[in-house]
Amino acid sequence: MEKMVFEETELRLGLPGNNKKKNNEKKRGFSETESETESDENNNSDETSNTTVDLLLNLSSPKKEANKNNNNNGVVAENHSSPNNNKEKNLLPSDPAKPPAKAQVVGWPPVRSYRKNMFAVQKSSTEESQKNEKNNNNGNGNGSFVKVSMDGAPYLRKVDLKNYNSYPQLSDALGKMFSSFTIGSCESEGMKDFFMNERALMDLLNNSDYVPTYEDKDGDWMLVGDVPWEMFVESCKRLRIMKGKEAIGLAPRAMEKCKNRS
Amino acid sequence: MTHSGSSLPDLPNCTSTAAPMSEIRSPPPDRVLEIVLENVLHFLTCRRDRNAASLVCRSWCRAEALTRSDLFIGNCYAVSPHRATSRFRRVRSLTVKGKPRFADFDLLPLNWGAHFSPWGSALADAYPWLEKLHLKRMSLTDDDLNLIARSFPSFKELVLVCCEGFGIAGIAAVAANCRLLRVLDLVESVVEDADEDEEVMDWISCFPDGETHLESLVFECVECPVNFEALERLVARSPYLKKLRLNHYVSIPQLYRLMHRAPQLTHLGTGSFCASDDVAVGDQELDYSSAFAACKSLVCLSGFRDILPDYLPAIYPACANLTSLNLSYADVNADQLKPVILQCHKLQTLWVLDSICDEGLQAVAATCKDLRELRVFPGNTREEAEGPVSEVGLEVISQGCRKLQSILFFCQRMTNAAVIAMSKNCPDLVVFRLCIIGRYRPDPETHEPMDDGFGAIVMNCKKLTRLAVSGLLTDQAFRYIGMYGKLLRTLSVAFAGDSDQGLKYVLEGCPNLQKLEIRDSPFGDAALHSGLHHFYNMRFLWMSTCKLTRQGCQEIARALPHLALEVIDSQEDKADDHIEILYMYRSLDRPRNDAPKCVTILQ
Repeated sequence: MEKMVFEETELRLGLPGNNKKKNNEKKRGFSETESETESDENNNSDETSNTTVDLLLNLSSPKKEANKNNNNNGVVAENHSSPNNNKEKNLLPSDPAKPPAKAQVVGWPPVRSYRKNMFAVQKSSTEESQKNEKNNNNGNGNGSFVKVSMDGAPYLRKVDLKNYNSYPQLSDALGKMFSSFTIGSCESEGMKDFFMNERALMDLLNNSDYVPTYEDKDGDWMLVGDVPWEMFVESCKRLRIMKGKEAIGLAPRAMEKCKNRS
Repeated sequence: MTHSGSSLPDLPNCTSTAAPMSEIRSPPPDRVLEIVLENVLHFLTCRRDRNAASLVCRSWCRAEALTRSDLFIGNCYAVSPHRATSRFRRVRSLTVKGKPRFADFDLLPLNWGAHFSPWGSALADAYPWLEKLHLKRMSLTDDDLNLIARSFPSFKELVLVCCEGFGIAGIAAVAANCRLLRVLDLVESVVEDADEDEEVMDWISCFPDGETHLESLVFECVECPVNFEALERLVARSPYLKKLRLNHYVSIPQLYRLMHRAPQLTHLGTGSFCASDDVAVGDQELDYSSAFAACKSLVCLSGFRDILPDYLPAIYPACANLTSLNLSYADVNADQLKPVILQCHKLQTLWVLDSICDEGLQAVAATCKDLRELRVFPGNTREEAEGPVSEVGLEVISQGCRKLQSILFFCQRMTNAAVIAMSKNCPDLVVFRLCIIGRYRPDPETHEPMDDGFGAIVMNCKKLTRLAVSGLLTDQAFRYIGMYGKLLRTLSVAFAGDSDQGLKYVLEGCPNLQKLEIRDSPFGDAALHSGLHHFYNMRFLWMSTCKLTRQGCQEIARALPHLALEVIDSQEDKADDHIEILYMYRSLDRPRNDAPKCVTILQ
């Protein structure tokens, strides 16, 4: 199943080859969202079917237009323009069993972002595990709050890493917090592959706007995604979403640490 | 238009000693009527009444302007600070609203605007006697807060709702300098702590020593630890404190202490409602319910962050008197909710999470016969086939809570029948906001669109002023809205409608419409055009990811010179002319000059 559409300017620290894009459809018709979300893998990515995400992405660095390595000719497929759409919508009533889409759309449902993040994981965790987590926390008192800053954003945020179970969830939440910018999913499996392949990593960093990085227990700044999730939560002191170009400097260190661990 | 105030007699709310009869100068004859008018107008408090009075004639306009002490600016860009302060000379309380509501859902770019600074400097010049400032969705900096703190010696009340751009330093400045401060409410605002390298500022300690005038201190949204000892001392020396809403860095044992210090509290927002790290289970636990019993005046409870439901019974002593309960941060299920809610007979406002399920709603319906406002928030925001609350819950609420006036309900599925039932059972509804999280979702029983449900709401709820629609909706839904929604002032539409006709129905049919926000719906230029007669009467119109073109918007701009049309777009070269966001509002002054690059203001 084809992966979700991503904007070129979105960073995706995923498997090499994730950068392959569909023929640029920013506004996907309803039919397209339906067909794409049948794949489970897609649930993890910060996908959108809404151009407002594109809008927000490009604000920060209009010159990134030049970096786009895909044919982004500005062809915008309209949300409802295709004559098919009405038909598809009318098809819906006769097919109620299938929910329309599992995609997360920017700004939908209309709840403020702190409400979205709050219960990302709690549904699955029992009270016991919550207690255990609090006892095992890395000394930050209430939960594992770490500061998140983004280059260029006017203010910091804080996230509680215990609220998330995986990199994609964290990336989803970060994407919503810093709504102008979308940080792509970072599958932990995929990350390892990436870090084994230095060239792929360099390519990615060169082509991406923003990269999530973190400061670990040793005080080193690392690329997010290089270690298994649990290890990351234990060692992460602070998050910084930095410009892709700057993050290139971190890549060698990331490679080093990775090699030491493997 | 200039009018010196020196010949005016004392106004009702100014204190002065009466002068002996022989020393009173009688005012010139042409001023008598105006003076009488000013004295009478003082009794007009409602701003809509005042607006009407100001339209009678010039002298009424003048008199009204001189006597308006509470100024409400619904859109900070509708009027320049200079114009506002020139007309209204004696303002003591100011409310300013900035960004459109969809900014809350990340649909507006960062740095879009709504900067407080120009207002700040104008206010400092024009109203040195300013006492109250309420800001909503504005962007303000620490410098702005500093200015506020230092410019108004009589400053009493600061309320910041959904604001951002400032940090602890700004709050500390207000705490330190506003000696008469009664209200410091930071609600749903983004407050950052100090620079990464600096220590977190202890703003609580910045309040001056001695007894304070504090009546309300709300800092739930402040994302940094507070100095608890200082907070406890502050509470202890604030005998007038009635409202206290803590952030989640205050633990439950700390809450216990605060409550015993302030038994006079009426509104309490708990901090973190779970065991603190240093109390192991089994250690002697404090009797938290004694704290709730001690605060005999509690009518409003909120907070309950990070809740351990075991602690919920602590609030039992307060339940019987509660009129307002906010459990929307608390992941409690029906069984955990029931023992609480079954005691809350006086409850009028309830905010909960859908984790309570339809069963929990049943318990609410059975007990809370006085309920006026209900909000059910989603624990899981992904689109799913089923969810914990549904049409079943909505229907039981409608049957049990007949006095309901306002509802916000998130769910994964809903039937027309349940919505129709609510429209008939709850005729007092003023606000009906239903959000079916699954987009384009029809009635799961009949497979019909949700047109009839919303149609029934506008038809049967004759007092309805605010409506938010969702689910699969055709133009027919909008036809109903246009036909029956005569009092409607605010309408929110998302992923709905078939064609331009839908929006036309609304713009042509709803004479009181003031705020219209639409996203992802197939309405285009022709539809927009049908509202020309009405746009000057609206506060704003928002349309994103619809079918508007720049040209269509340009035509509107040409036709209506006092309308600001902000086209917000990320793409510079596009194959087609469709725009992403139109944010349109009336404005008496020139278009703003503080817009970021992605915003084009059409004229």
